[in-house]
Amino acid sequence: MTSAAVGDLVSQPYKYGFVTEIETEKIAKGLSEDVVRLISAKKEEPAFLLDFRLRAYRQWLQMQEPDWAALGYPPIDYQDIIYYAAPKQQAKKTSLDEVDPKLLETFDKLGIPLSEQKRLSNVAVDAVFDSVSIATTFKEQLAEHGVIFCSISEAVKEHSELIERYLGTVVPSNDNYFAALNSAVFSDGSFVFIPKGVTCPMELSTYFRINSGDTGQFERTLIVAEEAASVSYLEGCTAPMFDTNQLHAAVVELVALDDASIKYSTVQNWYAGDENGVGGIYNFVTKRGQCRGARSKISWTQVETGSAITWKYPSCVLQGADSVGEFYSVALTNNRQQADTGTKMIHVGPRTRSTIVSKGISAGHSLNSYRGLVQIGPKAVGAKNYSQCDSMLIGDQAGANTYPYIRSQQSDAVVEHEASTCRLSADQLFYLQSRGIGFEEAVSMMVSGFCRDVFNQLPMEFAAEADKLLALKLEGSVG
Amino acid sequence: MIRPDAPVLLEVRDLRASVEDQPILHGVNLTIRAGEIHAVMGRNGSGKSTLSKVLAGHPAYTVTGGTVTYQGQNLLELDPEQRARIGLFLGFQYPVEIPGVSNLEFLRVATNARRQQGGASELDTFAFEDLVRERLAVVQMDPAFLERSVNEGFSGGEKKRNEILQMALLEPVVAILDETDSGLDIDALRIVAGGVNQLASPDNATLLITHYQRLLDLITPDHVHVMAAGRILRSGGPELAHELERTGYDWVDQELALAEVG
Repeated sequence: MTSAAVGDLVSQPYKYGFVTEIETEKIAKGLSEDVVRLISAKKEEPAFLLDFRLRAYRQWLQMQEPDWAALGYPPIDYQDIIYYAAPKQQAKKTSLDEVDPKLLETFDKLGIPLSEQKRLSNVAVDAVFDSVSIATTFKEQLAEHGVIFCSISEAVKEHSELIERYLGTVVPSNDNYFAALNSAVFSDGSFVFIPKGVTCPMELSTYFRINSGDTGQFERTLIVAEEAASVSYLEGCTAPMFDTNQLHAAVVELVALDDASIKYSTVQNWYAGDENGVGGIYNFVTKRGQCRGARSKISWTQVETGSAITWKYPSCVLQGADSVGEFYSVALTNNRQQADTGTKMIHVGPRTRSTIVSKGISAGHSLNSYRGLVQIGPKAVGAKNYSQCDSMLIGDQAGANTYPYIRSQQSDAVVEHEASTCRLSADQLFYLQSRGIGFEEAVSMMVSGFCRDVFNQLPMEFAAEADKLLALKLEGSVG
Repeated sequence: MIRPDAPVLLEVRDLRASVEDQPILHGVNLTIRAGEIHAVMGRNGSGKSTLSKVLAGHPAYTVTGGTVTYQGQNLLELDPEQRARIGLFLGFQYPVEIPGVSNLEFLRVATNARRQQGGASELDTFAFEDLVRERLAVVQMDPAFLERSVNEGFSGGEKKRNEILQMALLEPVVAILDETDSGLDIDALRIVAGGVNQLASPDNATLLITHYQRLLDLITPDHVHVMAAGRILRSGGPELAHELERTGYDWVDQELALAEVG
């Protein structure tokens, strides 16, 4: 990347902060059993799903919001949130031509063109706008391979037996406070099913867009890879700039059967609030994958740059013998952002292996914590884990914490943990500058060098994007 | 090589500078012409390292007075990276380590920044490999160092060789070498000095900042300046360095005391 290109980049503010003016159908603020029933009715759901929601709602009422994370924020008023908002359009859209052009334009502006002429040729996209999925590309082509890729609402109708079989089996509705809330009110998200022996022929991607100011987003994603199936999936997300905080509480469940492999990548760029910490998304997300089958593999790669608050621990339950879990993470916080993020690797089966590579970058007055659990169960003979947690501090007002938890009930397990903290110093910058390398490019070089192990894991189309995104987010933070 | 008619490359006039409101330079004057090798000597704290950092544009130093003209251009209004691109080079006393940034990639980006300023084309990865392998010979450096992160885990001598390798690639007009001899054993010192001698030409100039004579045994300066209390106290030929070696810096203190009384 030339220094001029980085210069252009860093001079831009958050460029996804616009609001689409569109007529929206919203329900009244607040949460009650009636609201749960209303959401389910609007989505014309079968009885099992309404029961699932109501059970979750009742569990949620009994639960306490967790307070163990290194995060500080004012209490969330759950009655001051709208739990369902959808752009008004024809009830049933059979083709993209029937999607409101304003919505297509919105996704164009976000760099996710959906129309047939402009869309990415090798990535199928499910576009979610507030509470509903508005379009999914390449559905028919994928169907030829037996791959199901659609919104979860559609899957509930078209493939209800699969939803009933898998939904809530990885993240039970009472797993935690936010998962219970999501299970009660979840709106939309993606469903992916890769049948036995199929390698998904293209990248799958879901793009989440929050548009309404006082709406919570509660998406639900479920990915199932049958025996010897494999898929690479990427999610992206942005939101407008509001001076209030929006709640985002998602649940993602992954299921990998024998010899299956799922690679799940996230580039999270929700609005992070302004430099004084006003506004931004509260991101409380439960992501978990279950390696049910022998030799299955689940790999999480995340680049977390947005959100005012991030509470997120993509995890792997390694049940099948010889199954593999991976977690590669870059979490960048700037200004007043706070992130408490990491992973859990639960080794259940024999000879299970996991790798954790976490890179935290804190700038401004932000606080960035890594929290990770490696658990080796009594049957996990020969289990192995390698963890590496590195923190980079930019400036002298930012904070970084590392909380590694290791629990082993197996004496022959191998658990390695390495951690380091460094500071991006004025002297390093000056060194690069004194060799003719411009300021922004120097910062970008150092930050991408620090994150290289993780960026190497991203699908190629997105690695360069992630690199640019970091440079953009660090604008004005070094001086 | 002294040629009175050679063009002036760097002209420092009454330069004053401070760090954290503490004045360090109190009016430095220095004229460097093409083809010349200068040595600035002085004790720790005399201001000689500050002079090198101010010339390279380190942001921690504030220029409070005076002028610096580089090839007819006001150097002080340029960013550090602009100064580097037009051919000013600072070899650091303590080169920093930059984990994760590949040394080879760093050298390539730096070389291209300098080349593009001069209107030359950007070197791609392959063309640059050829160039860098050729220049490695100047400092007898093992190509394995190209694959590592910038200066990370390098010994003191390896870091200094990496500095001279950068100089060989950037082909500066004025190279300032800040205590390049410090921390080097005699073999490394010979290699580094040999590199500097190879790179000296009638069109460029070198400013050596050093505490000791031993570097000047290997690189013969045309002009020697003795710095104390933020000023150049005396200038002369190579014999001045020998005199310092013989008599130490005590006479400097006396001269300084007299100057203050006067």
